[in-house]
Amino acid sequence: MNEIVRVSGLRVAARNEEGIDVPIVHGADFSLNKGEVLALIGESGSGKSTIALSLMGYARSGCRIVGGSVRVGDVDVLKLSNAELAKLRGRTVAYIAQSAAAAFNPSKSIMDQVIESALIHGVLSRKQAQAKAVELFRELALPEPERIGARYPHQVSGGQLQRLMAAMALITDPALVILDEPTTALDVTTQIEVLRAFKKVVRERGTTAIYVSHDLAVVAQMADRIVVLRDGQIQENNPTEQILAAPEHPYTRSLLAAIRPAARQGAGDQEAASAEEDVLLDIHGLEICYGTKKVLQDVDLKIRRGAAVGVIGESGSGKTTLAQAIAGLAPTTAGHILLDGQPLSRTLAGRTREQFRRVQFVFQNADTALNPRHSIEQILGRPLRFYHGMKGAQQQRRVAELLELVQLPASIAQRRPGELSGGQKQRVNLARALAAEPDLILCDEVTSALDTVVGAAILELLRDLRRELGVSYLFISHDISTVRALCDDIVVMYSGHKVEAGDQQAFVQAPFHPYTNLLTNSVPELRQGWLENCGAAKGGLPPIGEPTSSAHLCPFLDRCPVRIEGVCNRSAPPRHNIAGGSEILCHHTGAELLKAQDCVNSMKLVGTYA
Amino acid sequence: MNSTIARLVGGRLAVGVLTLLIVSLVVFFLTSLLPGDAVQEQLGQEATAEAVAALRAQLGLDLPVHLRYFNWLGGLITGNPGISLVNGMPVDDMIASRLPNTLKLAAVTTLVSVPLALTIGILSAMYRGSIFDRYSNMLAVFAVSVPEFLIATIAVLIFAVKLGWLSALSRSVEVESFGELVRIYALPVLTLCCVLTAQMARMTRAAVVDQLSASYVEMAILKGARPIRVVLRHALPNAIGPIANAVALSLSYLLGGVVIVESIFNYPGVATLMVNGVVTRDMPLIQACVMLFSLGFLMLVLLADLCAILSNPRLRK
Repeated sequence: MNEIVRVSGLRVAARNEEGIDVPIVHGADFSLNKGEVLALIGESGSGKSTIALSLMGYARSGCRIVGGSVRVGDVDVLKLSNAELAKLRGRTVAYIAQSAAAAFNPSKSIMDQVIESALIHGVLSRKQAQAKAVELFRELALPEPERIGARYPHQVSGGQLQRLMAAMALITDPALVILDEPTTALDVTTQIEVLRAFKKVVRERGTTAIYVSHDLAVVAQMADRIVVLRDGQIQENNPTEQILAAPEHPYTRSLLAAIRPAARQGAGDQEAASAEEDVLLDIHGLEICYGTKKVLQDVDLKIRRGAAVGVIGESGSGKTTLAQAIAGLAPTTAGHILLDGQPLSRTLAGRTREQFRRVQFVFQNADTALNPRHSIEQILGRPLRFYHGMKGAQQQRRVAELLELVQLPASIAQRRPGELSGGQKQRVNLARALAAEPDLILCDEVTSALDTVVGAAILELLRDLRRELGVSYLFISHDISTVRALCDDIVVMYSGHKVEAGDQQAFVQAPFHPYTNLLTNSVPELRQGWLENCGAAKGGLPPIGEPTSSAHLCPFLDRCPVRIEGVCNRSAPPRHNIAGGSEILCHHTGAELLKAQDCVNSMKLVGTYA
Repeated sequence: MNSTIARLVGGRLAVGVLTLLIVSLVVFFLTSLLPGDAVQEQLGQEATAEAVAALRAQLGLDLPVHLRYFNWLGGLITGNPGISLVNGMPVDDMIASRLPNTLKLAAVTTLVSVPLALTIGILSAMYRGSIFDRYSNMLAVFAVSVPEFLIATIAVLIFAVKLGWLSALSRSVEVESFGELVRIYALPVLTLCCVLTAQMARMTRAAVVDQLSASYVEMAILKGARPIRVVLRHALPNAIGPIANAVALSLSYLLGGVVIVESIFNYPGVATLMVNGVVTRDMPLIQACVMLFSLGFLMLVLLADLCAILSNPRLRK
């Protein structure tokens, strides 16, 4: 029998503020054979990470493993002493953490950290371990495998760190590897590269692995079996094909339903269409520099009254900076921003209170945006007092109205943010913006930190609010399907440039800007085998000579799969309209792009049931 | 050493020099505002106006204030901080006779208190919440809050008077044997260590605890690293910056802040010299002492910054 892991009756408890143990995992049972990849999937708080960590006999601070058994090979991990556990960790069972950026020690070189477990456990000599690390770097498709180890964590990208962490886990050839949400913090285009690298080493080395994730589409690419968790209980444990094709448990079905893109019909709402020329916000030639580095360049953008404009791009593309510039938080260095035809000052100091009121910002992370020491009533009361001079009973009434507007019970007014769930906090965050009665709300990744189901509900709320209040949105996201589901117009940013802009319909079918195409194709699809034959970022890029002039060349040049020698590295790309109706920054014509993208996309459709 | 560090250190140095310049301005003009007149004091109430004026002219006190400042500053830079108004001795000689004593006491105290503080801080961070942590915390708060003179007096009472092990005074500062070194320095060092160790241990504990909650520490544990390795190899390198600053602040106290300890043990250091200068309105002496303390303080802080820079690969590049 080649069973390598057997978990039975595992129970974990967390101690709350009153010092009472609250069970967070209620008796989990599952097993795993050698060479198999098992996924633990569930929303935040479902206990998936807790279970994964208990395979190493580890419980995060405040938690305690209270019962059951965890057999890895032929030892019961839960019966080991601390010294025996230290021998197991990193040797028999290795761990790949969610955020490699935080899990790497900032003051030690990468090589030292990658080979550390091999040295601790005395598996290899320093020399052998370094040689093996370089070999792993090569297998994981890291750049400069010979030299990357000498760098420090801040000198490599997030996607590279995540792969380096895989090398760190595999250096001792552990019997079991635990991957804890290893791609969640990455951009989709990076995620796909990391997933490919992981899958390759897992397959080539026959690694037994447990893959923890909230994302079914990602898991579908990696796992042989899937265990679905909810509130610390296993809902379903079945082979991947079966979970995807014929889920048994209603909860699994609801998870699948929340992930399948809700294709929204008639995105360009009638009211918005009728007010075609009613421009609320007009940005022209916007440029922002931090020092000598241009983080935004030549951005034009129009937001019509009552319209929702989506901005997508990966981290570092300048999408948040754009919102900050509109809010006055990031001083612009050129260009202008008009609100209802009136210029907005480039700094906060130059704006009137009325202008502040009309443009409100909703931050990504409600946890840090809401003061934990204030009650919800205080949080919402402040903008009411500041912008509308409301006090006493009038203010209380308005707070209750606002809470109703974001579909929260009025009873939470006296509570503090810490007592609310993630989704509730994000609703309060939104209500605070609404308290000002703004014309424009800047939403910065407002659903990114939330579970799929909760995020979908927030999107629904945003849609309702827009219909009821006629408010406009600038909706920033890294997720193209979220943007497509909410917005009338979409802007794609890359490295501070607007590379494509058009209405929602233009983003349904090719042709796209090559970068938009890459983004679209990088979103994992809910079918097995997608990773192997999706078109995104696969194969080499066409060779291209050194850029001859540095003046305003295409920002996407060094990653573009359709770049042209002698054109893209010589002259600046023009802005022009293509067949689908969008405006792109590219040398290619719409027809050329359509031809290049159609063959890939049609190949993709084979075997898709969507 | 490379350009980034050179630039950072150069910047710090420039700021340090500027700070010293500002301190010199403040010190000079504040001391010249102090009531009392050294010439009057020296010559007595009966002195004639001519005698006073003559002495003033001799000491350069009749010049306009800005000229006096530049003369004084020039003297400081060229190593001639002036002549004592009280006994006519060059100020640098007076300080030179005392400074080695102060530095010796500071050095011995540093050698004892820093390793002790780091050990206590790191151990209580590793076993936070344990009995050791709680007791060391209590002791630290106690040691910080009890005034030095009380600790010194109690120490003298126990070790010198009751037990008779150690000398209550540090009359001789010439050390011939190790036994003598212990006998002379034990009590002052013990008193100073009480205050300094407690402060540094608390800061070290806070800095290490802060790092122990980081994800990379969890990662190190999950790689099979034992607690000692986790703390020394992973957490400590990231805590060096704050620890070095805490140590620098504590040690700077040893230069000029040990008046009480020097007085109680009759230890001939710079701090008592400055207090004497204040009593006799000996402005050049006071000014030179204050400038010396500022210089020492700035150098310690610079050293701490350098430690922080060298321990951080982002700055080291």
